[in-house]
Amino acid sequence: MSSDLGDGPLAQSTGLELGATAVAGSGTALLQMRGVDKHFGPVQALYQVDLDLPSGQVTALCGDNGAGKSVLTRCIAGIHQPDRGEILWEGKPVHITGPRAASELGIEVVYQDLALADNLDIVQNMFLGRERVRRGLLDEDSMERSAAETLASLRVTTVRSIRQPVASLSGGQRQAVAVAKAVMWNSKLVLLDEPTAALGVVQTRMVLDLVKTLKDHGLGVMLITHNLNDIFEVADRLAILHLGRKVAEGPASEFDRQSVVEYMTTGRSER
Amino acid sequence: MAKAQDEIRQGAVEASLPDTPPPASAAVDALPAEIVSDSLASYLRTRAARIRSGDSGALPVLLGLVVIAVAFQIWTQGLFLSPGNLVNLFIESMVFMTLGMAEIFVLLLGEIDLAAGYVLAVGAGIAAILVQKPGFDWPWWLAIIVALVCCGLTGAVWGTLVSRLHLPSFVVTLAGLLIMWGVMLVILGNAGAVSIASPILVNQHVLYEIVNGNIPPLAGWVVLALVVVLFGGVLWARDAGRRRRGLVAPPPGLTAIKIALFALSGIVVVLICDANRGSATSVVDGVPWVVPIVFIVLLLWVMLLQRTQFGRYVYAIGGNSDAARRAGISLAKVRTWAFVLCSVTAGFAGILYLSWQGGTSTNVNGGQYVLYGVAAAVIGGTSLFGGRGKIAQAVIGGLVIGAIYNGLYLQGVQVQWQLIATGSVLVAAVLIDTVSRRGTLSGSSTRI
Ligand SMILES: Nc1ncnc2c1ncn2[C@@H]1O[C@H](COP(=O)(O)OP(=O)(O)O)[C@@H](O)[C@H]1O
Ligand SMILES: [Mg+2]
Repeated sequence: MSSDLGDGPLAQSTGLELGATAVAGSGTALLQMRGVDKHFGPVQALYQVDLDLPSGQVTALCGDNGAGKSVLTRCIAGIHQPDRGEILWEGKPVHITGPRAASELGIEVVYQDLALADNLDIVQNMFLGRERVRRGLLDEDSMERSAAETLASLRVTTVRSIRQPVASLSGGQRQAVAVAKAVMWNSKLVLLDEPTAALGVVQTRMVLDLVKTLKDHGLGVMLITHNLNDIFEVADRLAILHLGRKVAEGPASEFDRQSVVEYMTTGRSER
Repeated sequence: MAKAQDEIRQGAVEASLPDTPPPASAAVDALPAEIVSDSLASYLRTRAARIRSGDSGALPVLLGLVVIAVAFQIWTQGLFLSPGNLVNLFIESMVFMTLGMAEIFVLLLGEIDLAAGYVLAVGAGIAAILVQKPGFDWPWWLAIIVALVCCGLTGAVWGTLVSRLHLPSFVVTLAGLLIMWGVMLVILGNAGAVSIASPILVNQHVLYEIVNGNIPPLAGWVVLALVVVLFGGVLWARDAGRRRRGLVAPPPGLTAIKIALFALSGIVVVLICDANRGSATSVVDGVPWVVPIVFIVLLLWVMLLQRTQFGRYVYAIGGNSDAARRAGISLAKVRTWAFVLCSVTAGFAGILYLSWQGGTSTNVNGGQYVLYGVAAAVIGGTSLFGGRGKIAQAVIGGLVIGAIYNGLYLQGVQVQWQLIATGSVLVAAVLIDTVSRRGTLSGSSTRI
């Protein structure tokens, strides 16, 4: 059993105690947030948030606009420092001081705007900032091979050539490249910010399958999304934020569409 | 799961290039033809389709060059394409090309350097005085190094102001233009001119010979043969190796054509330069030293931009500076170095100018030169908006500027018309850049 004693007051008042049963099997979750507060001036963006992100599972983080999903993501990514509370990585308290520190732990974030350079090709984007160099020159051959291997292992087979500029890719392919870029570095936890928001049906399928592949590889995945279809398609667990508070957390099987919508819009569910 | 996979495959077929007629979709247009094709024939077909759909690559500027050449050839009654004049044209173009290369470093970042023209003038002035002024009398190579270092330092100043204090490069380097103009006047002092044309003083003579000296014809051919074999060998080995290892590479026919074109242009240049452009009694022939020297600089900068981490970061920042920042790249460092390299290259253009003119004076019009440099880069195809462009494009752009400059001069057209003609070509080039960029932008907005 994981220690889930610090549940937010609101979550308790709604009588929901799902978090404790959330961690499947093996003890502590990969990443745990305990009582995390974050405010910007007078704006309290996160209030006493507890969250478990186990490996080998997809945790969907939902909430209305302004609920604090992005702030929470940035706290894990090291861009914001929590004002109070702690983050445990593999059971040990950590201070994630910046994006570099996050990647060193094995945390990678795929932001909504993807952060790809359109004028560079897929290989160049995947290795951006971590190029392999031999005798002072870029080792293109070895980078290309590794990039191809990663894409193949993620079953991303729809790109015509990994030497094509990212500008020529479809939205789903761009998302796939951004994800591949994130998981290339022995990452253990991948945070995806609304990966299907701008995609059509076929492209969304492709990305959701990619998420399942990540899970099959044993990675922990946190999926930020509004989309109920996505949630019930790939999520093993669900956490719902409402105005900066976590109002529900638990296995996806314990929710249905209506209760998720209620939590997201009112912070409580009658069910 | 298997069914889902099938759906994806199907989707992929829809979304990617069908084998049947080339579609007009922006996603496919953005794919380089080399990648789409696995044989020379299919490469040519894709290229032709591309051109028909409006994405013509380097073709317009090459066609433009041909049109300019034919027009001047007719207008000057055969003088324009005579070997003697063509060599002049090459030499004049070298300064524009080098300035164009300089600008490309900062244009790729979406910045601009307006000071480069007077940095050229200051570089020329420093080198001239160091070898010429009694009491200095420095060796030519030391004078060049010191001039380039001084120019690089000015670039470090612009770069620091732009990247650390976030001032707009346009304003910083506009101020730089004025400052360097003043510095040039200070350096050249009351005399206002320095000559390095003394044939007996070795250090002056070496500088003078960079542009005005020629490689003996036989040696020219030997060097060309070596360069072609080396370049061809390296290119062929690289592409063949990549094909063998299953990596992305152009079809063999395309590699062969590239090598052949390179060899052909080399042969044409050497043939032109080896014709006697003096008189029957005093023969002048051979490739001017400046040609291989600029080629070496070109090669160095191509390596730097295409094959090193620094170069990759320049493109990344120009393409998406947020992505570059999040990838942990130090934007300030890369930006500052780009300005340093721009100024060093501009200083080198100054050395070429000094050699070409056999001296320098306060009449150097740095304001005009820098615009020619920017024009050379943009006409060659470098984008003013950052992220798109190649160093080699400065060569062709420099040739265009050189051809206009030279042709109008031959024809005795007054300077005001030279300015108007060059300006018009620049506007045309920027227009093409903007329109083609809008093309890609509208393409990306229709992307799912
Ligand atoms: N850098 C910031 N400075 C001030 N307020 C912020 C900042 N980032 C987020 N906020 C505020 O915190 C709240 C949560 O925002 P956010 O996490 O972006 O919501 P979402 O769930 O839609 O991603 C909002 O009220 C937002 O205005
Ligand atoms: Mg958000």
